[in-house]
Amino acid sequence: MFEPKIVCFLCKWCTSAGADLAGTSRLKYRPNGVNIKFMCSSRVDPEHILWAFHEGADGVLIGGCHPGDCHYEDGNYKTQARVSLLNRLLDDLGIDTRRLRLDWISAAEGSKFANVMNEFTEELRSLGPIKLAAREMAK
Amino acid sequence: MKRIGVFVCHCGINIAMTVDVKRVAEEAMNMPGVAYAQDYIYMCSEPGQALVREKIKEEELDAVIIAACSPNLHESTFRAAAEEAGLNPWQCEIANIREQCSWVHTNREKATSKAIRIVDTLVQKTILNESLEPIPVSITKKALVIGGGIAGIQAALDIADSGYKIILVEKESSIGGHMAQLSETFPTLDCSQCILTPKMVAAGKHPNIELMTYSEIEEVSGYVGNFNVKIKRKASFVDWSKCNGCGLCMEKCPAKVPSLFDRELATHGAIYVPFPQAVPNKPVIDKDNCIYFKSGKCRLCEKVCEIGAINFEQEDLIVEEEIGAIIVATGFETLPVPNLVEYGAGDVPDVIDGLAFERLLSASGPTVGEVRRPSDGMVPKEIVFVQCAGSRDPERYRPYCSKICCMYTTKHALLYKHRVHDGQPYIFYIDIRTGGKGYEEFYHNAELDEGIIYLRGKVAKIFRDGDKTVVWGTDTLTGRNIEIAADLVVLATAMIPKDSTAELVKKLRIQTGPNGFLSEAHPKLRPVESINSGFYIAGAAQGPKDIPETVAQASAAACKVISLFSRDHLEQDPAIAWVDEDLCGNCRICISVCPYDAREFDEEKGIVIVNEALCEGCGSCVAACACGATQQRNLSDSQIRSMVTASLGGE
Repeated sequence: MFEPKIVCFLCKWCTSAGADLAGTSRLKYRPNGVNIKFMCSSRVDPEHILWAFHEGADGVLIGGCHPGDCHYEDGNYKTQARVSLLNRLLDDLGIDTRRLRLDWISAAEGSKFANVMNEFTEELRSLGPIKLAAREMAK
Repeated sequence: MKRIGVFVCHCGINIAMTVDVKRVAEEAMNMPGVAYAQDYIYMCSEPGQALVREKIKEEELDAVIIAACSPNLHESTFRAAAEEAGLNPWQCEIANIREQCSWVHTNREKATSKAIRIVDTLVQKTILNESLEPIPVSITKKALVIGGGIAGIQAALDIADSGYKIILVEKESSIGGHMAQLSETFPTLDCSQCILTPKMVAAGKHPNIELMTYSEIEEVSGYVGNFNVKIKRKASFVDWSKCNGCGLCMEKCPAKVPSLFDRELATHGAIYVPFPQAVPNKPVIDKDNCIYFKSGKCRLCEKVCEIGAINFEQEDLIVEEEIGAIIVATGFETLPVPNLVEYGAGDVPDVIDGLAFERLLSASGPTVGEVRRPSDGMVPKEIVFVQCAGSRDPERYRPYCSKICCMYTTKHALLYKHRVHDGQPYIFYIDIRTGGKGYEEFYHNAELDEGIIYLRGKVAKIFRDGDKTVVWGTDTLTGRNIEIAADLVVLATAMIPKDSTAELVKKLRIQTGPNGFLSEAHPKLRPVESINSGFYIAGAAQGPKDIPETVAQASAAACKVISLFSRDHLEQDPAIAWVDEDLCGNCRICISVCPYDAREFDEEKGIVIVNEALCEGCGSCVAACACGATQQRNLSDSQIRSMVTASLGGE
């Protein structure tokens, strides 16, 4: 079976803490993602996302705090704006925008984190491996 | 190149059962810069830490990576160990292979492969990590306690006694919280008022405590040691500095408003103090129910107030305070009876909750301590107590145990028997839980000697039949259905967080758990701290608990604040933004994205600089910087790029 590779950029305060909660709750989910922890999802530069696709990621997950809950006031809104803008570019590059996923996952939502990882893995499986041409273009 | 050491923890079997730790260590040896790798059963133990210290020296390591549990647990532990062996603490990184790997995956091969990539990701970061020095920041040695129940009062008194200033903010006009409503307390049956009111008075009089009652938190900004808090002092329409508390206004007020303090079993005027022992003992006018505010006529209170304390023109006032640490002690409420459909949804007369029964038992309550049912004032001869009303019911209500109901229901039945000797109390229960000093003995005595009938089972339905309130339930020990035509039914409703908690945590930016209670930094080892520095939690806002536990937690939170205030200065994380002056194009996008005004245009240099004292290190300006001039210390774009590559399994 195709095992997609996922890069997860998680904010420290909400989503990474939610991922920790999934762990302390011993929830089980697909092991396709590796987490990279930032202080805030707004540290994610669209270039990091393109780089991930270039380096072989089949999907990129960005996890931030729910709207209104950002530890840095409004970082997650900036992330959302940047992601919507990038989505238009992904289209042009021939990368299906479903490969970039932005989710608001709080520190209390361990089960949401687990569900998102499972859902995303399934979705990427159905999308199949990313096209090499797109990967070349992401350069 | 740096010489990096990788230390892989087994965490007993917590990691080692799912992740092949030896292989992780072997693979780490092939990663760039890794000069030493070793696995060990408990890295956080003293021998584990000693191993790290020893190898740093022996192998001349420049940096270490500990592959273990979440950095929230032991990052500071290992950074301290690294520092002891001569490393800069920022040359120590934690690879989380427990919470985010071994505990969530089952396939050993895949979990091991993921753990290797996690370690590699941190190796890539570490290669480029700089040695940093913490940024010293000053501390405002004044604390804020939010919530004036027993938790807030205790915390405030402890901090105040140690010599620091405190502001105690309470939403209601008086401090005291739910404890002030209670009649007597289990298991000793001492009167709640008698043990609480001296503390309320002490808090009111303490020179280091400033009470701000009838006040709410409007806005909180800043960070540990240096918060700026805006507090809304709601208009009470009474000038408290003039009011002498004579009470004439309350006597004369013609309005009738259900008393929330008395659980709507009595009324008070639109100008009122919630209860006679209130601290401060000053009235407020309930604008929504005041006849003058509603119709433009009355002002009777103003006429009778000889000192002219009534002020209908008073407005809400916002005060700003500089604060070093914040204790959140916002307490609980109980699941409203109308939420419980099978128990009559609040429409069946003589079905009340435990707090209402406390008021009926209280000598200062609406019935002066005589047990009389609300519908007709009759002394009930049969009372049914229903435990777990909304608790331990994950399908429909709350999944958790509210912890105190077994004890207070037994107390209720006991106090009822002491007042109505020929009365018969029944208690429906799922399990009786009596964990606490003297609790089991208290229950045992009640069951054996006091004639209380305990029925193991849940109540299915409660309805009215004539002047009786009928309870249908099942005794699961005998398998029989039970019907009791009771005179009064008391529901031990679930403890839930105060409804204002959700809004407050958004302002404070602290975390709550799945049931809305405040989250502690660690469930066992950091039970009174929030994960967010500078915030501490106490009392039932964190989860259901009884009075002794609440008081203990409040003192613990106070102790944490005192220990914070005992330092000369705090250290701020230096992993913040910095600017390459040669690259900055002065586009000033960074200024527009910074939430803290930490990005400033430097006229002399003609570039935008970072104000290190204000930068919180979110990294938003780094992502926004168009020319790569702004970077984040120890999380630069080049670090992130190589971390991404490593997370995908390398080239």
